[in-house]
Amino acid sequence: MDKEVFEHSLNINRRHFFKKAAMGMGGVALGSLMVPDLFTGSNEAAIQPTLGLKHFASKAKRIIMLTQNGAPSQLESFDYKPKLRDMFGQELPDSVRGEQRLTGMTANQNSYPLVGSKFDFKQHGDSGMYVSDLFPNIAKITDDICMIKSMHTDAINHDPALTFLQTGSQVGSRPSMGSWLSYGLGSENKNLPAFTVLLSKGKGNGQGVYSKLWGNGFLDSIHQGVQLSASEDPILYLKNPNGMDADSRRKMLNHLGSLNEIGYQEFGDPEIQAKIKQYEMAYRMQTAVPEITDVSKEPDHIKKMYGSDSMIPGTYAANCLLARKLSESGVRFVQLYHQGWDQHSNLVDHMKMQAKDVDQASAALITDLKQRGLLDETLVIWGGEFGRTNYCQGKLTNDNYGRDHHPRCYSLFMAGGGVKAGTSYGKTDELGYNIVENPVHIHDLQATIMHLMGLDHEKLTYKHLGRRFRLTDVHGHVVKDIIA
Amino acid sequence: MKHFYYIFFVCIGISSCKETTNKYSKIPEKKVPEIVDYNFDVRPILSDKCFNCHGPDAKKRFADLRLDTQEGAYAVLKESPGKHGIIPHKPNESEIYNRIISTDTTQVMPPADSQLTLNDYEKKIIKKWIKQGAEYKTHWSFLPVEKPELPTIENKQLANNEIDYFILHKLKQLNLSPNEMADKERLLKRVSFDITGLPPSLEMQYKFLTDTSENAYEKIVDELLASKHYGEKMASSWLDVARYADSHGYQDDDLRTMWPWRDWVIHAFNENYGYDKFVTWQLAGDLLPNKNLESVLATGFNRNHKINQEGGIIVEEFRIETLTDRTNTFGKAFLGLTFECAKCHDHKYDPISQKEYFSTFAFFEKTPYRRHAGGVGKTLAEKPYLDISTQLIQDSLPFINKKSYENVRSMIMEERQEERQTHLLERGAYDAKGEIVTHDLPKSILAFDKSKFKPNRLGMSDWLFDKKNPLTSRVYVNRIWQEIFGVGIVKTSGDFGMQGDLPTHVNLLNWLSSDFMEHGWNIKRLVKQIVTSSTYKQSSVISEEKQAIDPDNNYLSRSSRLRYSSEMIRDHVLASSGLLNSEVGGRSVKVYQPEGMWKATSSGRGILSSYVQDHGSNLYKRGIYIFIKRTTLPPVQQFFDASTRDQCEVQRQSTMTPLQALIMLNDPTVLEAARVLAEKLILENNSSEKNIEVAFRKIVCRTIKPEEKTIFLDYYKKQEALFKKEQSRAEKFIDVGEYPSENIQETYKVAALMQIIHTMYNMEETIIKS
Repeated sequence: MDKEVFEHSLNINRRHFFKKAAMGMGGVALGSLMVPDLFTGSNEAAIQPTLGLKHFASKAKRIIMLTQNGAPSQLESFDYKPKLRDMFGQELPDSVRGEQRLTGMTANQNSYPLVGSKFDFKQHGDSGMYVSDLFPNIAKITDDICMIKSMHTDAINHDPALTFLQTGSQVGSRPSMGSWLSYGLGSENKNLPAFTVLLSKGKGNGQGVYSKLWGNGFLDSIHQGVQLSASEDPILYLKNPNGMDADSRRKMLNHLGSLNEIGYQEFGDPEIQAKIKQYEMAYRMQTAVPEITDVSKEPDHIKKMYGSDSMIPGTYAANCLLARKLSESGVRFVQLYHQGWDQHSNLVDHMKMQAKDVDQASAALITDLKQRGLLDETLVIWGGEFGRTNYCQGKLTNDNYGRDHHPRCYSLFMAGGGVKAGTSYGKTDELGYNIVENPVHIHDLQATIMHLMGLDHEKLTYKHLGRRFRLTDVHGHVVKDIIA
Repeated sequence: MKHFYYIFFVCIGISSCKETTNKYSKIPEKKVPEIVDYNFDVRPILSDKCFNCHGPDAKKRFADLRLDTQEGAYAVLKESPGKHGIIPHKPNESEIYNRIISTDTTQVMPPADSQLTLNDYEKKIIKKWIKQGAEYKTHWSFLPVEKPELPTIENKQLANNEIDYFILHKLKQLNLSPNEMADKERLLKRVSFDITGLPPSLEMQYKFLTDTSENAYEKIVDELLASKHYGEKMASSWLDVARYADSHGYQDDDLRTMWPWRDWVIHAFNENYGYDKFVTWQLAGDLLPNKNLESVLATGFNRNHKINQEGGIIVEEFRIETLTDRTNTFGKAFLGLTFECAKCHDHKYDPISQKEYFSTFAFFEKTPYRRHAGGVGKTLAEKPYLDISTQLIQDSLPFINKKSYENVRSMIMEERQEERQTHLLERGAYDAKGEIVTHDLPKSILAFDKSKFKPNRLGMSDWLFDKKNPLTSRVYVNRIWQEIFGVGIVKTSGDFGMQGDLPTHVNLLNWLSSDFMEHGWNIKRLVKQIVTSSTYKQSSVISEEKQAIDPDNNYLSRSSRLRYSSEMIRDHVLASSGLLNSEVGGRSVKVYQPEGMWKATSSGRGILSSYVQDHGSNLYKRGIYIFIKRTTLPPVQQFFDASTRDQCEVQRQSTMTPLQALIMLNDPTVLEAARVLAEKLILENNSSEKNIEVAFRKIVCRTIKPEEKTIFLDYYKKQEALFKKEQSRAEKFIDVGEYPSENIQETYKVAALMQIIHTMYNMEETIIKS
């Protein structure tokens, strides 16, 4: 598609749409979270899977991102380094460490003793992928996933690194990946936001999440991530006040509509019509959202697959199940955050608990999607904001140790959505400190994710304060080798 | 005139459509102007399409060809000896023109892989400009401010002051006429919100509506400007500029107590400090020869940035981050420029080199930077700070509204004695030190004359307020304009550079900026000028014709219908219901918020890991006092487009989403207000009809129309009957909010009237400047 036309289509905003509507250019639609309506020009229009704005054909239509917040250790999960066990307690050689900066927590340590995983690794699946014993369920689906062992990032602290992963910048005021995709592709469901966010807490050391991670930055607020929970009020202020049922609400909106119509007669402002529709959309969400977020009606075998936690609202397992439901209903980007992966100390115990928290449900989600025939069109991403050091932070004993932040390499995996299943990509050195083959920078990951969704990361831009911004800033290369 | 059609077309080009063009033949065709102007016609094209590779950034310049300067464009091309980029008067011999019209994909510019193309109109502009001599001019906003003559207009009665001359002159060119004046009721609501951020009280409404004297409106404007709430309204957007918040902003996001600085901002606006004094104190109040505690407190402006307290940060990385924030804020807040683009390389579009960026940065280098050592939850501030004691308040800072038991520390600026060298940082990376640079400011704006200006923040401020500085006044006047009309004369109020929008009324902006400086940077005077113009007072009715010709209302042939800010919406609900606690200043308050919001996102550490809601009168303070925890914004702020306070912002969006409808429908703040007002009205023992009229006047601030009254009365009767039948439902419905109930026996009446009032709060007009 012609560049100008493309940008123009994306830039059509509510205001402009309504100007057209008022000038007899088409039906009246709602400027709202439900982006397709803006483009089709009708609330009642058939839902289009995409806006036809893709740069090229692609398999993936939706994303579920399982952000493991706090940075899970690659050395106890997916990057097998037997040599580290052999070198237990020995100093990290300077030649390996090179120029790498260290955080303020370990920069003053007088020793950097290497430590291998306390947990054993085994090979799994046709591909023979190594997975640690902490993740027995993920181990069973290795033939469905693509493991990147050569992720690296610019930031060394949680907040900037997470912000970087989600927005392509450490600054904290840029649109999140989900906002970019909502902007580029819109939503498939007229009653649900295009970008939703689910939060859960783990059992290990947590580092918090921040609303800027799902902020819309300079994009229109319709692209803001909407926080959802499996609770009585799944979206803030969704529930009618006490003493008011749906019927009363309906009547109120009818009266309100008549009153606003009087205002429209006087002012002729198309925004008034938009406002009426805005309220109608809110009303529809009041019914649609609780139906979606109610996971209790799922069949037993599904509940069993995700684990008993899946019936406890706010857990990672419940969120995974909810993520499937949302995604299945057409939510473009479902973003999960699971806290608790910051194992500076007590790694052995905490990794066990954290892995137990997420292993079953993560695998169940991928299996569930696959069984429904949805995995091809859904891209699942699992990983944190950086990796962890191969040396011990704090006191090293035979039973316990900790690991500091390590931006230079870590592991992350993807499944479905057009990635090569059953493969590993990239390699680290035998001490798991540096990447020796096929590095994937955060911007490369973002470029690849966009590509899998049919978008060219260099073309999806938004002009703000004189500059055309991109998710990938001025960087990023699509990792073609992992695309099926 | 010649630029006018071009700008106009650009502004409406996207949104208009063929049908309209036919119906309203007055819409000008996009024609190449008779005389092509570099600033208004040519540069926008070059800047957008060419400067990325042939602009100011020396490191990214291709073929050593530079098109942003005359010398560069006229010079012999290094790669094609004998040829010139531009030969004035000779487009066909100018390589630039030949390249942009080339059909050879290996020759055409911009190159095929750049994703950029020039359309026919743009090519014609370039051709004509070269033909007419290819004259380069300094970017309009870098030219000194000169006061233009007033344009002539035919119908002088339509003009109330100078502003109107410029507006009417342009409207005439468009064949548009201004709207009639708005009715008095709507005008009063509009001006009351614009000046104080609050609705007019019933008394004020009565006074104004019955005052038939010629200067009735002016009297009201003066009364509003004298209100203590004026300062709160003005402070609201300044807090965005200053990235004010009540937490440090990273990860555990702990408590800080910078609110005495906020109290000062309100005080400064109310005292009508000149903009020069207002800014100088914030930038350099600690360096003034006659400094005092108040001027030192004001320097908190540059301590409002985020502070990373995460364990294990690399201190130097975040020290640089802090200085970067101050430098960027300086550029955006005061100069309307995107300085941040020059941190990693020379600015791609504007004449700010990377060296100049770090020379600006150098002014902030001498501020101490210490990481707090107390651990999470232990410190309210990082040094240097003022301990705000009761004694200090009594002696010097009486405007700080502190309770005696509160522990408060307000961070301030201080200059270290010892010198610290500033390095240019390669690629902007904190650990890639390049050449040493010294204090300086971008010379394309105004040369920093070291014999005239001190080499510190005070000199920086003097440079800003030098009459020859072309930006300071323009940028601020434009923001005040934006605050009142919703959009600035320069739409991109944060970018007056080459890539920013051109002013719709450049002469008006120049006139106002010059006038502002001549009158001592007097902010109240400027606000008064704007709100007493006929332009401001027009009605907001949109005719089909105006909708078609100027849908965005760039030319102000009517008043724009703008949605209130998040703060105004809250304030309106509280004030009109009588719940508002109008106390000025004080610590930030934690009002109703859905349960568990902070818990869900926090790490569990620190005093802000869970939300402890306030009670009593603190629940009813104005929106500006709502506690802002940066990592978990208050929902009303988030949904209604308030800024995130991550960095300096000069413009908020105005969007419409269903979440906004949900908050108006279901937030206990709005429901409680409806309940409390209903109870008050019922206690007055009037008819339900009268109650509806009074509530409507308080909330919509005008006389209810008969057809509106019919709807409300009918709705009221049905609700009354329903709640009478279902008493328990009525009881549940009115059981909202902590404000004590009047315990009225007939709960069904309260519930029914509450429902009516709640509906009024949800009317479109209620939260619109109309």
